[in-house]
Amino acid sequence: MELEKLRHGTELIKRGFAKMQKGGVIMDVVNPEQAKIAEEAGAVAVMALQAVPADIRKEGGVARMADPKIISEIIESVTIPVMGKARIGHFVEAEILEALGVDMVDESEVLTPADHKYHIDKTEFTVPFVCGARNLGEALRRINEGAAMIRTKGEAGTGDVSEAVKHMKQIMGEVRALKGKSREELIAVAREIEAPIELVLETAEMQRIPVVNFAAGGVATPADAALMMRMGADGVFVGSGIFKSENPEKMAKAIVEAVNNYDNPQVLAEVSKGIGAGMKGISVDSIPEGDILQTRGW
Amino acid sequence: MKLGVIAIQGDVSEHVDALEKALKQRGEKCEVVTIKHRGIVPECDALVLPGGESTTLGKLLIREGIADEIKDMNAAGKPIMGTCAGLILLATAGDEQVAKTHQHLLGLMDTRVNRNAFGRQRDSFEYELELPFLETPYNAVFIRAPGIVEAGEDVKVLAEIDDMIVAAEQGNVLAMAFHPELTEDLRVHQYFLDKLF
Repeated sequence: MELEKLRHGTELIKRGFAKMQKGGVIMDVVNPEQAKIAEEAGAVAVMALQAVPADIRKEGGVARMADPKIISEIIESVTIPVMGKARIGHFVEAEILEALGVDMVDESEVLTPADHKYHIDKTEFTVPFVCGARNLGEALRRINEGAAMIRTKGEAGTGDVSEAVKHMKQIMGEVRALKGKSREELIAVAREIEAPIELVLETAEMQRIPVVNFAAGGVATPADAALMMRMGADGVFVGSGIFKSENPEKMAKAIVEAVNNYDNPQVLAEVSKGIGAGMKGISVDSIPEGDILQTRGW
Repeated sequence: MKLGVIAIQGDVSEHVDALEKALKQRGEKCEVVTIKHRGIVPECDALVLPGGESTTLGKLLIREGIADEIKDMNAAGKPIMGTCAGLILLATAGDEQVAKTHQHLLGLMDTRVNRNAFGRQRDSFEYELELPFLETPYNAVFIRAPGIVEAGEDVKVLAEIDDMIVAAEQGNVLAMAFHPELTEDLRVHQYFLDKLF
């Protein structure tokens, strides 16, 4: 094989990786034991973390990239892809994650931002990125920076799905509103939402954002996961919802089955039976403004 | 005529689009259906197993009761194509990575596979691949791709990279380690449809 003829890290490969995750559940894990439970339940990937968002929220202080030792141990323990979180704008943390062999980097608002002005230039990396968004403008700005996958921000670590619902409806609604608009109207929209014109035109034409779009931030039960799929999510991230529940094995398996059967209430009823209590959680309304994570990034 | 695409997880819509375009190109009228549950595979004249996560796909094919239907379809000699994760599921045996996760294999092709033969995502690549049924190379997209390390006598090897088999067929069954559904080039899908029409 002529090695120089292999092309690595192209946009097709990065976006292609995200497409392989469609219809799947990506689970937060903090050690190899949890990673194996997730894999056994049928997760399509795991997010390797030092602490799940609910604990990050509780502990306070500055939240950073996980200890590389934990990430390496998780990579060794499973065959499915492993993702890792870097702070917004912290391109060195992202480089470290890439060097560890992480399959996708989440430039995440769950960690304390390292740069209050710029996100990471994701086009510089071989490994693909996923980024959070609350609306179409934010999603398209991240895609323009090289994100290969978008997820709703929701409000991580709460177990309250309402913000993920809000963000998914917002993005879907803005995409629908582009339909039937003339080129000059679309250019005006691009200016208004501070997104690149080409990406707005592409979104209007495709009637979806140009990369895979997952739901995240507060998904805690099989019904929550199915709700997000019904709204048009391509798949679901579950953070604290699994390993903060009473029976993680059962919850993980039930959420995977709920995503595969999201449009069948009969099956959803079956898979939701006897799986133990979901994470206790905290309602978004009761969180002081300074502790809200979704407003990080822009 | 009905073409099925297993739709449990992975890049299903890309295969549906590619098949519909390929059918239009040849002027054939044929319905393309997506399959998440048992009962539909037996109605299909040909089947595609898409790319995705093989560990997840294998588990859910069993849980949903689709795996046995696919085996029956193969016994009836109907065309089946697997890409990437699909290539793994078609195999009779796997490496220790495959064994470790209690991966369920359909065993339709006499092959032994290596789940991530070409490494992790950072090692994923595009490559101009020569295929015996095409006049010019095909831009093949390999994503955390598997490879076939051993193939039985009945398996026809179509392409190799180093010593790893990346495309093969055995009678009605066609397997690709790459993703023909991710590019606009429909020639691999057309080769598959040649088995049907």
